[in-house]
Amino acid sequence: MVASPQHEFETQDLLINVGPQHPSTHGVFRMVLTIDGEVVKDVVPYIGYLHRGAEKLCETMDFRQGSGFMDRTEYLAAHNAELSYVMAVEALAGLEVPERAQWIRMILCELNRLSSHFMFLGAFGIDVGVFGTPFIYAWREREAIIDLFEEISGDRMMYAYFRPGGLAWDVPLNFKERVREVLKSTRQGIKDFDELLTQNEIFRARTEGVGTISAEDAIDWGMSGPSIRASGVPLDVRREEPYLKYADVDWDVITGENGDVFDRYYCRLLEMRESVKIIEQCLERLESGIIVPDKMPRMLRAAPGEVYIRTEAPRGEYGIYMVSKGGNRPYRLKVRSACLSNLQALRQMSVDQYVADAILVLGSIDIVLSEVDR
Amino acid sequence: MRGIAKSLMVTLSTFARKPVTRDYPNYHRELPERDRAFPLLLWDKEVDEPFCTGCHACERACPVECMTVLMKDNPNHKSTGGNSSRRKIIDKFWIDYARCMRCNVCVEVCNFDAIAMNNTWQGHELSVHDRKDLVMDLQQLLSLSHGGGIKEWVPVVGQANEQ
Repeated sequence: MVASPQHEFETQDLLINVGPQHPSTHGVFRMVLTIDGEVVKDVVPYIGYLHRGAEKLCETMDFRQGSGFMDRTEYLAAHNAELSYVMAVEALAGLEVPERAQWIRMILCELNRLSSHFMFLGAFGIDVGVFGTPFIYAWREREAIIDLFEEISGDRMMYAYFRPGGLAWDVPLNFKERVREVLKSTRQGIKDFDELLTQNEIFRARTEGVGTISAEDAIDWGMSGPSIRASGVPLDVRREEPYLKYADVDWDVITGENGDVFDRYYCRLLEMRESVKIIEQCLERLESGIIVPDKMPRMLRAAPGEVYIRTEAPRGEYGIYMVSKGGNRPYRLKVRSACLSNLQALRQMSVDQYVADAILVLGSIDIVLSEVDR
Repeated sequence: MRGIAKSLMVTLSTFARKPVTRDYPNYHRELPERDRAFPLLLWDKEVDEPFCTGCHACERACPVECMTVLMKDNPNHKSTGGNSSRRKIIDKFWIDYARCMRCNVCVEVCNFDAIAMNNTWQGHELSVHDRKDLVMDLQQLLSLSHGGGIKEWVPVVGQANEQ
């Protein structure tokens, strides 16, 4: 058979499934790519593989039991996830958190941001194609932080350490020196990554100008966290609505310019330096005192009402919308996940890019699928 | 090219660092005393019986419902000629370690300080071939503290920490 001339150069789009079980999707996430040659024409993300109904489960749990489930919604930054939950409960129950507990919470949240961003740096290295080296280096730095968390709370990832009103128990006596020890290795780790990746010409050629999103589009898609700051929007809940003691310490909001993959990476790296700065100031101002209010009721009861509390988790705004009708458990709980909103912009960022860059874009929004699906 | 050379210098300098990994099954690092593995029951050495009276407080508070508790009259009670002041005592106790999410709630609600989180390596190395083997009965839950293998840690709450 002879091919007719008008059909000779016609190409056909190809559908490929990435995931649900794929190492570069950072969890159980499936995206269907329509590709023309090597260029992505369309992306359809499918989520929900990790849905465990954490929000609904929390409606059957009292406030002490519920915070354990928040750990599981955002396992890379469990302190930050717990913080939103306990702050929502405190707002409804009218609890005053002691100073010391607030400073410790702040230190732990920032340390958790560091450990989460290290995880991002390592995983992003793999997405770019530098297998092994940055991943293992990041793991080394993260390990030091996680060991510290284990000494404080007893668990390495699911801390269950923040309680409505304060903390579960006090930090160990050598807390300050241990944190300073960890910060020393962290600072070295950030410097290593700066030299290993940021200044590397191959890495820059691979990441610059890829997956660009403008500030307007990023706002329209409801992105938050480092992903929107990379586009030049100085949106940070810690600065907009300071919670804990963020108004009392001196730090900068890091913003990027181009909103490409490199900026999203570099924003996180610079943000880690700010976190170190915040922790150092917190350590200086941490004084002895009580960690739970003196008049803590044995069974916590919330006043009827509803509250929305948002905090800045490593991946963006982690919000808890809690409705109470009185009693010791929430009537309705809704988690506003930063990952889910950031993920919505995936299509816009990866269309007309190469297939390999679509993976890069997905990695650059630092996705945690358990937070997307809850 | 300068950037690439610098990156290679980082990897080179890592060669000179001390290793951070250890040969795990042969070497067990020391666990912090707050380490939370799975819950187990504590043994009252003074009267030689468990602290637990089977009051169901932990069973009711458990968010994942991994516990089953049954109580009985204490045969060792003073009224029957024994030396214990516990009128009721634990009869049967199961904890499904496969369901437990190690949230520490059971330890906090216990009125008799009878339950604690295992902070030894026995609490972590629990590989079994069958999930049913992870349902621990009373004897298994008590064996570690009966043999004196657990170092108890009492949380510091509600008082100033000198710093």
